[in-house]
Amino acid sequence: MGRAKLPRKSTNIDMTAMCDVAFLLLSFFILTTKFKPAEAIAVTTPSSVAAKVAPDKDLVLITIDKDGKVFLTMDNEQIKEVVANNLNSTMNLGLDVKAFKKAGFYGVPFSSLASFLQIPEEKRTGAVLTGIPVKDSTDNQLNTWIRIVKDAYMGKKMNLLLKGDNASKFPAFKAVIDAFKKNDEQKFQMVTNPESVPTGSELWKLTMAGEKRDE
Amino acid sequence: MAEMDTSSGGGHKKGPGVKKGKKLSTRVDLTPMVDLGFLLITFFIFTTTMSQPTALKLMLPKDADKPEEQNKAKESGVITLLLGKDNTVFYYEGQLDNTASNFKSSNFSGIREVLLDKKSRTPEKDLVVVLKASSESTYKNVVDILDEMSINVLKRYALVDISKQEEELVKISVANAAPVN
Repeated sequence: MGRAKLPRKSTNIDMTAMCDVAFLLLSFFILTTKFKPAEAIAVTTPSSVAAKVAPDKDLVLITIDKDGKVFLTMDNEQIKEVVANNLNSTMNLGLDVKAFKKAGFYGVPFSSLASFLQIPEEKRTGAVLTGIPVKDSTDNQLNTWIRIVKDAYMGKKMNLLLKGDNASKFPAFKAVIDAFKKNDEQKFQMVTNPESVPTGSELWKLTMAGEKRDE
Repeated sequence: MAEMDTSSGGGHKKGPGVKKGKKLSTRVDLTPMVDLGFLLITFFIFTTTMSQPTALKLMLPKDADKPEEQNKAKESGVITLLLGKDNTVFYYEGQLDNTASNFKSSNFSGIREVLLDKKSRTPEKDLVVVLKASSESTYKNVVDILDEMSINVLKRYALVDISKQEEELVKISVANAAPVN
């Protein structure tokens, strides 16, 4: 009765608060992570020393797969709608505008574009589609595509990107470049994987000297 | 009293006659859950920031139809690189001889020295690299050679269509010499 007991501190810590924080952060990261959109077209890009990060907004992406088939991807829904309406009015394709807007990429000749949009999304893969015809210089349909897309952007800045597969042959690349040139799109960017600058090279010396690289 | 105690509950230090309804604690050990949470966080952090694709800029020259409008380059300052099948690179300086005697072969690891050598011998304003890709070369080859331009800080280069005889020459040379990689 006489002696006061020293309170014995427990070694257990209340983890609830920490758990709360952990899961708050977790949900933040889950929500902000942009997962790669399901790649219907398998492409392995080459690597380059370019340090500029590829843009991810307002892009018009031309993909060349390993067989030299060409696909077109757009991300802006409004533009897609304008493009679809334009295609319908100029070429009478009878496209389902809603399906056109939902489609991730386009990779068929104009003549079969309407039926292409009927195919369920998961069955549209690069392997079964024919790609946009480009090889024939008299009927380079990418020309028309780029013209229409360019019209839809109407002076707004669009990011023209080219993503090619390592193994694709040069003629397909050239056909795409020709289509760009025809539409006065002299500037474009090629999607690559980052690579470090070789030690001892001229560029390496420049960066070591602290000079800014002009891209 | 003592006997009754032992019969009701063994070894407990509670006072006699106290009913022992088992009291379950509502506390759960959250440590493993926190562990899991942080593990997932690390996973998401790593997957978000890694592997941002980069973009290599390329400017195309405007097509000039008339020869007068085309850009002129000094012959002594021009080096032409031709890309062939199976990662082969061929090059010649100035104009191609009729007998193709200045047509030399190289590969992607050796071309850097060739370019640096040319660069050191030529005044900067005259140096022009002409890139010609044959139809047998791949997209990767083209990007690699463009990359080589930026690695060696060559400011003036152009991607030009290959001529028929050059295409033939590349084809024959590839067939003759087994590529060394």
